[in-house]
Amino acid sequence: MANITFVEASGQSTTVNLADGWSLMQGATANGIDGILGECGGSCACATCHCYVDESRLGDLSPASEGELAMLENVAAERRPNSRLACQIKASAALEGLLVHLPATQE
Amino acid sequence: MSAAIVIIGAGQAGVQTADALRTGGFAGSITLLGNEAYGPYHRPPLSKAWLAGEMDSAQLVMRAPEVLARKAIALRTNVSVSAINRAAKLVTLSDGSTLPYTGLVLATGATPRSLPLPGGDAQGVFALRSRDNASAIAERMAICIEKQLPVIVIGGGFIGLEVAATARKKGLNVTVLEATPRLLGRVLAPVLSDWYADLHRCHGAALVLDARIAAIETDAQNTVTGVRMADGSVYPAGLVVVGIGVAANDQLAQAAGLACERGIVVDACGRTSDPSIVAAGDCTARRLADGSLLRLESVQNATEQGKSAAAALLGLEKPFTATPWFWSDQYDKKLQMAGLSMGADQWAVRGDMGYAGDTSIAGSFSVYHFKGDQLLAVDSVNASKDHLQARKLLDAGVSPTVAQAGDLGVDLAGLLGR
Repeated sequence: MANITFVEASGQSTTVNLADGWSLMQGATANGIDGILGECGGSCACATCHCYVDESRLGDLSPASEGELAMLENVAAERRPNSRLACQIKASAALEGLLVHLPATQE
Repeated sequence: MSAAIVIIGAGQAGVQTADALRTGGFAGSITLLGNEAYGPYHRPPLSKAWLAGEMDSAQLVMRAPEVLARKAIALRTNVSVSAINRAAKLVTLSDGSTLPYTGLVLATGATPRSLPLPGGDAQGVFALRSRDNASAIAERMAICIEKQLPVIVIGGGFIGLEVAATARKKGLNVTVLEATPRLLGRVLAPVLSDWYADLHRCHGAALVLDARIAAIETDAQNTVTGVRMADGSVYPAGLVVVGIGVAANDQLAQAAGLACERGIVVDACGRTSDPSIVAAGDCTARRLADGSLLRLESVQNATEQGKSAAAALLGLEKPFTATPWFWSDQYDKKLQMAGLSMGADQWAVRGDMGYAGDTSIAGSFSVYHFKGDQLLAVDSVNASKDHLQARKLLDAGVSPTVAQAGDLGVDLAGLLGR
């Protein structure tokens, strides 16, 4: 279980409590956070759940797979070193308190 | 009346259209009508992680109710539309009430084809389209596990093969019956069809190609017990999943006199033959510049046509002309397809296909389809980089030669002139 704080491009900040195994994409969409689409339903196929993860916590996440790295090349907003796809990050205790910023656009 | 847009269908296309209307500045009312019990949810996981029991239903949510409310999108579930009155600009709902519209969006989806055989409607025979379908299949799978009954999948297309892979993951005995000589024959190159056949066999699924099915066998309670073939042999089954394609839900549109041909005919902007009515997603058939019709059933088509349709209702032109793309997850393989392979006459393989059953090979490769010298489509297996590059090549109309496509030493991105 982990409390994750999503900050939308508007500045709106929302903290949600996610059960282990939920992806950040699922957590955001199920909790009414705007700014994450996840059009493919979490298959790492559409690149519309782009997010920026708190840089100091990058080491707490499992590294991006080759497939995710490739799909990150296709995100609509600027790709940064802390860019990830929210559907590929699964909640666990290691992510407690994680801060995630969302880009202004996903498509 | 003030501007009121009614959207029939609360799936991917309907939701996208509603979103795009608000993003585009539409300030009138938006009513989203869904004929299922649930609000908008993701369908793609239904044949995969959700069916495997790796997700709960809350994880399928596409847009939470509060998001729809914030955007003033009025969602109504469990409601269907019985008629469209174009002259009066009204839709009649199943409960007899009417809703006026100034703009109407048809996002009615598609319905799986049912098995036109004796016993095709037996208990334990299912298609997979909705959450309820997936729940019924999951329940039946649990019974099959308990009673050690085999699962038969009819149709070696994407849905069928994804269900077969999920059933194998759950340890079920699975046989896929495919009527043609190869799997995914209408989309994949022969060499990749064969590779997928190996993949399924190596994971323990049995495949029967050129299958001739005579009937579904049932017990006295009309519950499936097996599938009888034309030669009289019987495959016992506790569950039959039918994935033999879908038909566009264009009945309402037809009854209202809109142009329909294997779907609701739309232009690249999602416009139907009535200027107040647009359509998006699986229910449509797009008229191309050469006069032919293109039917696509995909998430990308639903979202892009949704955006086009919303723009059209706002008086803008936003044609959807991007390269079509699709994906399918089976076992640990992600197949990503770009372009339309129909008519291909030669193929190049980029990377090492290896043997599908050999887990020591990463199995990252792509198959390039050509018609003559022209690149038509690219199918990538665990090779997202190739896939995205293919979309760019196809969008730009840039074609590598067959030799270049098959040569890992040639940087295909270089052909894009960047």
